[in-house]
Amino acid sequence: MGGRRSVGRTVFNVCNAVFMVLLCVMTLYPFLFILAASFSSPLFISQGKVGMVPLGFTTTAYHMVFEYPMIWRAYFNTVFYTLFGTAINILLTVLAAYPLSRKSFLGRRFFSLMVFVPIVFTSGLIPSFLVVNGLGLRNTVWAMVLPGAITSFNVILMRTFFEEIPVALEESARIDGASHSAVLFRIVLPLSIPSIATVGLFYAVGHWNSFFPALLYLRDPEMHPIQIVLRNIVIMNQTEMVMQSVESDRAQVGETIKYATIMVATLPILAVYPFIQKYFVKGAMLGSVKG
Amino acid sequence: MAKLHASNNQVFSWRKAWTSVRSEYHLYLMFLPVVAYYAIFRYVPMVGSFAIGLTDYDIFKGFLASSFIGLSNFKDFLNDIYFWRLIRNTLAINLLNLLFAFPAPIVLALLLNEIPLRRVKNVVQTISYLPHFVSTVIIASMLITFLSPSTGLVNNLIAGLGGQRVAFLLRPGYFWGIMTLEAVWQGIGWGAIIYLAALTGVNPELYEAAVMDGSGRWGLVWHITLPAILPTIVVMLLLRIGHLLEVGYELVILIYNPSIYSTSDVISSYVYRRGILEADYSYSTAVGLFQSVIGLLLVVGANRLAKRLTQVGIW
Repeated sequence: MGGRRSVGRTVFNVCNAVFMVLLCVMTLYPFLFILAASFSSPLFISQGKVGMVPLGFTTTAYHMVFEYPMIWRAYFNTVFYTLFGTAINILLTVLAAYPLSRKSFLGRRFFSLMVFVPIVFTSGLIPSFLVVNGLGLRNTVWAMVLPGAITSFNVILMRTFFEEIPVALEESARIDGASHSAVLFRIVLPLSIPSIATVGLFYAVGHWNSFFPALLYLRDPEMHPIQIVLRNIVIMNQTEMVMQSVESDRAQVGETIKYATIMVATLPILAVYPFIQKYFVKGAMLGSVKG
Repeated sequence: MAKLHASNNQVFSWRKAWTSVRSEYHLYLMFLPVVAYYAIFRYVPMVGSFAIGLTDYDIFKGFLASSFIGLSNFKDFLNDIYFWRLIRNTLAINLLNLLFAFPAPIVLALLLNEIPLRRVKNVVQTISYLPHFVSTVIIASMLITFLSPSTGLVNNLIAGLGGQRVAFLLRPGYFWGIMTLEAVWQGIGWGAIIYLAALTGVNPELYEAAVMDGSGRWGLVWHITLPAILPTIVVMLLLRIGHLLEVGYELVILIYNPSIYSTSDVISSYVYRRGILEADYSYSTAVGLFQSVIGLLLVVGANRLAKRLTQVGIW
């Protein structure tokens, strides 16, 4: 290695390091700012003095948010839709992926096509909306969990996982007279728990973050998930309802309430993120293999 | 064994097929709810979009009472005063994404690949894909609060530097830029995972051999690293081209407003407004169908082209 090359190398490494630090700052700063702003006095926020540390530390905004009963209700709804929805997702995705992964499944080609076509030809917002309404699912839990019960991409992912399980294991079980259900539940599923976790987490994050089906189908505010409440408070600017006991300038307190609400809605994702991110990465990489 | 694989590599026979189905009937029972799901929630709407788009469907009359009007809805869309505006906005936002948000993860993956310390690389990566998991409503909330002219972070910074406060979300000129920056911010880290995965498959001996042959850093990137991720780049590009006429309505309907419709209204947000808010089902379905059909043509065309040029396709 010549001296010139190693100097070039060092310069590159320094630039690269600076870039990486900048990237991390740009990614994290919005979250840190919201955290700081949510604990700051409204006065300092409107003066633009808050950076990454709360100024005029106060928890007023959180008090107001937590005293607003809709927040708790919405949290409960979101948790429920996420758990119930994900359970249905996993069940149906396994039931789709397992037969498609078996060579002996007649019509495998045809049914694989059935799963694939919706990826390249989307059926459109309005007809789907009319079907859900036509089935009378509007304003029920089912509107939140059934229309998106299976994602074709996840079926393909799961099928890939199942195909990787050694065939010999189940063939011996089949020869011993085990049915396909027994093979699936006693052999394939126990071996696929990490894969099911991966696919399940993809679905779960989708439910947690989803707001559009609720916007379309849920009339009753009692059924709204947290994302809708967040939208109402921050985007539709309905901070008034949250401020039950406000003495000073309403507009300014309204701003801190927005930050506190964003924080309350984001925190669960931020809290579990470090523990679950590796599963997502696994899923993303497998997805890339199969396309 | 023969019974299990009755239909494999043999001339098709109904009797053998039936024996196979009977011995494997659990598979078919399991698959029944899946077929029901796809039929009801995917294929009925798909067939329905043709049925509704080609008739003067009215929800009160029902489908059987509506009459066939052919391509009249599509003609109306082509003559819609908003047609060109919708096409332009949809294409502009997508092309800007293609120009900035598409290459960003590739560049990030190449740079991450040059970091010699594994720990550092992992930490940066973990931080970088966090935004991918943040919900659309939170993204929209951040944009609206940060860009607010009176109290927003960005405007406070501008004012602090002595500039004029700008109502970014009320001025049409900023919308495409906001969408592009947002797409880069949210997608750069997550997008890089796939390219990094492709890079881990590269045999280190290739690099060693190239160094022996006197290749410099750029030589290595150009002759080994880039070719290694080229198939992945092609596939990702294909998927994106198929969506050239699609901008998701979720973020758009959360942050736009009538004063910036001129740059922010895209096909999907128009479908949402006409269909859901104004209940003009027949017309909005036709507009959605127009978008789906073009999307399908684009993805099929792009796949063919890619297969011819690089032997890589998505199917």
